[in-house]
This record gives sequence, structure tokens and C-alpha cells, in this order.
Amino acid sequence: MNDVIGLAPWLIGIPLIGAAILLLGGKATDRWGHWLGVAASAASGVIGFILMFRMIGTPAEERSVDHHLWTWLSAGGLDVDLGLRLDPLSLVFVMLVTFVGTLIHVYSVAYMDHDPHRRRFFAYLNLFVAAMLTLVLADSYLLLFVGWEGVGLASYLLIGFWDTGRPSARENAVAAKKAFVMNRIGDMGLIAAMALLFAGTGALDFATTLSDDTLGSLSEGTATAIGLCLLLAACGKSAQFPLQAWLGDAMAGPTPVSALIHAATMVTAGVYLMVRSGPILEAAPTAQLVVVIVGAVTLLFGAVVGTAKDDIKKALAASTMSQIGYMMLAAGLGPAGYAFAIFHLLTHGFFKAGLFLGAGSVMHAMGDQTDMRRFGGLSRFLPITWITMGLGWLAILGIPPFSGFWSKDGIIEAAFIPVEGQPWRAWVFGTVAVLGAGITAFYMTRLFFMTFGGRRPRWTENQHPHEGSPLMWWPLVFLGVGSAALGLVLGVGGTFVTWLEPVVGHAEHHEPVLPVPVIITSTLVVVVLGALLAFRMYAMSLVPEEAPRGSFLTRAARRDLYQDAANETLVLKPAHGVARLLQVGDRDVVDRGWSLLPQVLSWFGAVFRKAQSGYVRSYAAGMAGGVLVIAVVAWLVVGLGGAQ
Amino acid sequence: MDITNYVVLAAVLFAIGATTVLLRRNAIVVFMGVELMLNATNLAFVTFARMHGDLTGQVLAFFVMVVAAAEVVVGLAIIVTIFRTRRSASVDDVNLLRG
Repeated sequence: MNDVIGLAPWLIGIPLIGAAILLLGGKATDRWGHWLGVAASAASGVIGFILMFRMIGTPAEERSVDHHLWTWLSAGGLDVDLGLRLDPLSLVFVMLVTFVGTLIHVYSVAYMDHDPHRRRFFAYLNLFVAAMLTLVLADSYLLLFVGWEGVGLASYLLIGFWDTGRPSARENAVAAKKAFVMNRIGDMGLIAAMALLFAGTGALDFATTLSDDTLGSLSEGTATAIGLCLLLAACGKSAQFPLQAWLGDAMAGPTPVSALIHAATMVTAGVYLMVRSGPILEAAPTAQLVVVIVGAVTLLFGAVVGTAKDDIKKALAASTMSQIGYMMLAAGLGPAGYAFAIFHLLTHGFFKAGLFLGAGSVMHAMGDQTDMRRFGGLSRFLPITWITMGLGWLAILGIPPFSGFWSKDGIIEAAFIPVEGQPWRAWVFGTVAVLGAGITAFYMTRLFFMTFGGRRPRWTENQHPHEGSPLMWWPLVFLGVGSAALGLVLGVGGTFVTWLEPVVGHAEHHEPVLPVPVIITSTLVVVVLGALLAFRMYAMSLVPEEAPRGSFLTRAARRDLYQDAANETLVLKPAHGVARLLQVGDRDVVDRGWSLLPQVLSWFGAVFRKAQSGYVRSYAAGMAGGVLVIAVVAWLVVGLGGAQ
Repeated sequence: MDITNYVVLAAVLFAIGATTVLLRRNAIVVFMGVELMLNATNLAFVTFARMHGDLTGQVLAFFVMVVAAAEVVVGLAIIVTIFRTRRSASVDDVNLLRG
């Protein structure tokens, strides 16, 4: 391991240099810039593969390596070192980010072919890859934060990529800003967590802060506070309740961005943070419970929203939210869930990236139409997209042996494991997880058949759908194969769980409250029921081109269950009120108070000025009168005093 | 003779002078009022010097006379200058230094 560790910084360095060349090179790099972007991402991927193979050849207990790079800053007793941590967990992310990232780079070459700013797009993509790798390879919370902010920046730049020259330019810019601002709320949580951690332990690197000795010295209250702050950070980045409202709007970005950043990698950073900080959460059972609750709520929330969306990308965004809810739920379950959280993250990265790129391919074919009510019958015209999205569809449904089955089923089983003293937990969260699987089956089947199924196409006029160039469909094939086979390869015999064991620890085997075969069977039954219902509603019968009014729940789900309205009422309005109050207070109280002082002074001046009449006789009278007054007073005081 | 009479005379003279200064507009007359007030003080000085058998008061009276002579010279010069520019000897016409 140690002979190749010197390559690790280049994982980050190469895409960073790529981004720098593309951004600084300007128009000179327009002609070949996109290929440089692809090459930088691919080079990172090759380094990732080399490290991965070396790590597989290393004994399990030696797989976690901290690679010190340099002392970041040294101030008195405070030394902050900058280093990278290579362990099975970070390498899983490296593989996911570079592999899926490279496929999406390739796809973007074709997808963004006609865009005049394609070079800039690739610069941002490379910047994102570099930042994401910094995030997962950091050996301390501080460096993690650098990557955390870096991916936030890249996400902002790419959501608002089309902020000029389009009818929706303004909305795109607003969406980017919304994502950025909501992410900042989460980042506050991360900063607060770091501050608490530093106050409690005096260090920020994983090796010190996550060791048993250090955590043993923290009180449970501090650990809970740190855990909740970390959860806030994760909620912001991973679009978890109640900070999830930005993800739907983030679909304003180009589709490859939605696939890479807002489905496969960046939004899962919160799950990574939770799993990485596992020991802290285990020291704070309350925080752990909150994590599970947030995961469960988001899981249902996203799934319900997904059932009503007609915009193919927004439906997929809601699905992403829901799937990350599953991961978050698993991350709150302790060592039994960590491995499955990451496993689901990995398989989700593949099938959701595939689904998004498939959606991009459909949009490409239909002239940027995103309304699923205007699709239909596309399976004959886009066979490759149809099959690859079909694989992704089966994977997200959790049909064995597709990849989603192995990871999602693991989470559902883990959710059913009883917690000592809280028997209700297993039943509540287990049921939510199964229910979520059913709704997922419904909305994904709806999406799939509204797009590809149906005998009568509902297209707008003059549409001639056809597959894009091989650059677009080859990545789809790769991701489709991954969606189909990844679970089988890594899931059978618990390969993946064993792989992560050096990081997340060995989970003691606990029996769920229901026998495992019963859980698997009932989940599958619920999934099949959900899928059949959707099939009946959207494949067997005609889909209206205009969305029907729908029930109350449908209308609520269409509007993201009133999340924006709730934010508007609960946060924005009070904040506006406070701002207005402060503005009025500043203008009418503070400013007016200060301008009162000179007013009073000039009023005094006006009064006393009258005394300066310029008439010498009045001055003389004043003097005479003054002398007289002094004389009388003196006579009264001295004279009366003398009389006594 | 009772010394009180001198003091009362001095006070009456001073009051007449002060009243003249305050009430009359003509600069020359105001000036005369000032002279009257100075002489009233001189009388009081001399009276009290006599009463105490001390020469200090009498010496001061001489000082007052000297200062009064100088003051008359400067004051009359000012009045003449003002009269040349303003064609008036009224003190109320000289009110440019007002607030």
C-alpha cells in the first residue's frame, strides 16, 4: 500500500489542474477542452483503480492509511495537518466518483455538443470531481469541509449554468441561489460541529477525534450536540427533511449535472459524513434516533412527492431524496446499517445516474421536453435508453437479482432489528421502509411507463425521436450493466460488508423482529403491488395530456407537500419581518435619535443668538443688570449673615 | 460732615451716568454719561480714602482720571470715524456685530 500512496494526492490534483487549465485557458481551449476534462477525470479513475487493487492485496487490518501531506498551519499550540485518509470507505467513494464521473463526462461531450460554453461546463465538472475527492479523502473534518464547500460551489455553478440566453435563465439562477443558500444552513451545522468537537477534544482529525479514548472523554450531551450539528450539515447537503426543498429546483441544471452531482455523488456526501462520524453517533443514542427519524421522514416525503411529479427530472429528484432517506435511516442504525447505507449509496449511484442519463437521452430525443405526459411509446424509438433505463428501474424497485435488491433489502432488514428498551422502533422504521419500497415501485413504474409505454404517443408536433450518438449511449450501457450486476457481484456472501468492516466495525448479528424470509417476501409483495397499480393506471389506460386536478394529496405532492410554502411562511416571512423591523428601527429610532442631538443644539443656538443683538446699549444694560443682581445677592448673603 | 452724604452723592451721580448710557442714543451724550460714572467713582474713592485715613483711594482717583483722559481720546476718535462713514452719531445704528 505504501509504495503507491504517493499517487493519492494526484487523485485530487489532476482534475483540479484540468479545471484550472480550462478556466484560465479561456477560448484557446474551446476546441479540445472537453476531451481534457474527460481525460482528467479518467486519469483520476485509473489512479483510483491502482489504489483499489493494491488495497485488495493488503491484509484487512492494514487497509486504513493516513497519508500526511504537509502542516497546514501552525499557531502556538495548534497544529493543523493536511493529509489524506485512504481506507475501504474512502476508496469506495473514489471509485464511484471517478467511474460514474468519467462516464458522465463522456456523455456530456455529446449532450453539451451545441452549447457555446461547453468548455466552462467541463471546467466545473472537473472542479466538482476534485472537490468531491477532497471531501471523501480528507483525514480531518477541516479538510473535509474544504471539499464540502468545493462541491457546494460546483453544484451552484452548474445548477445555474444556463443563466443567460434562455427563457428559463432567471429561474435557473434562482434555483442555483436557492441550493446555495439552503446548503449554507447545513454548512453552519458542520462549522458548529467542528467547533464543538475542537472544544471537546482539541483536535479535528479523524484519527484523534474518532478514537475510543477521545470519545470516552466526551459527555453524552456534547456528543449529542455534535451529532445533531453533523446531521444538520448532512440534511443540507443530502436534501433531507427539512432542508430538502432545493433538490427539486436544482434540476434546472443540465441533465448530466443532475446525474452526477444531484443523484450519484454530491448529495450522498451527507451519508458519508454520517457513516464517517459513526463513532460519535454511537456515543449519542438520541442523535442516532433523530438521524433515523429524519431518514424515515424524508424517505416517505420524497416517495410521495415522486408519485405526483410530471416532470421526469423532478420525479427522479424526488426519488433521489427518498433513496437518500433510506441511506440516512441506515446510517442512524449503527454498525448494522453503515455498510448497507454505503452499499445502497453505491448501487444508487449507478442506477440513479443511469436513470438520469436515460432521462437526458429522452429529453435530447424529444427536444428538451421534460413533461412525461407528452412522452409515451418511446420504447420503439429509443431501444437502448429503454433497456438501460429498464435495468435501472428494476434495480431501484429492488427486484432480485438487480443491484437495488441487495442494498435496499439489507437496509430494510437492519431497520427491523430491535433496539433494546425501544421495541416500537423496529416496527415503526421497518414498516416505513417497506412502505417506502412500495411507493417507490409505484412512482418509478409510473415514470417508466409514462415515458416508454403506451400505444398512443402524446408527443407535441414535429417530433422525431432517435438515439443520440454512441458517446451518449455507451455510458448508459455501462451504468445499466452496473445497475443490473453490481449488487450481485458485491452483495452475495456479504463481500461488500466485509470490505467495509475495517472502517465501520464488525456488526454483531442480531435477529430482526420478523424472520428474514418473511421480510424479503413481504417487501417484494408490496413492491409488486405498487408496480402493478402503476402499470394499471399508466400503462393499461390512457394518460391524459393535461394533468387532472387530482386528489388533495396529489395536489399537495405536486407542490412538494407545500415545502416551499412552509419555508416561506415559517422562515422567510418572519425573517423579512425582522429585517423590516430592524430597518425601520434603524431609520426611525437610531437615525432620528442621532439627528435629534444637532437639532436640539441648533435650537439652543437660535435662542441664545437673540442675546447678541448688536445694540451696545442692550449689552450695557445686561452688564448693569448683572452687576445689580450680584450686588443684591452679595448684600443678601453677606448682609443677612452679618446680621446674625 | 457725615460721610454718608458723599457716598449718596456718588451713588446718585453714578445712577444718573448709568441711566444716561442706557437710555440715550447719541454717542456723545452716552460718552458724557460714562464720564459722569467715572467721576462718581472718583468721589467714592476719595471719600473712602478720607474715612480710612489712607491715601490709596486718592491715588486710584488719579489713575482713573488718566485712564478717562486716554479713553476720551480714543472714544472720540472712534465716534468721529463712525460719523464720517455713517453720517450718524446714534449708537443704535452701529449694530453690525449682531448674532
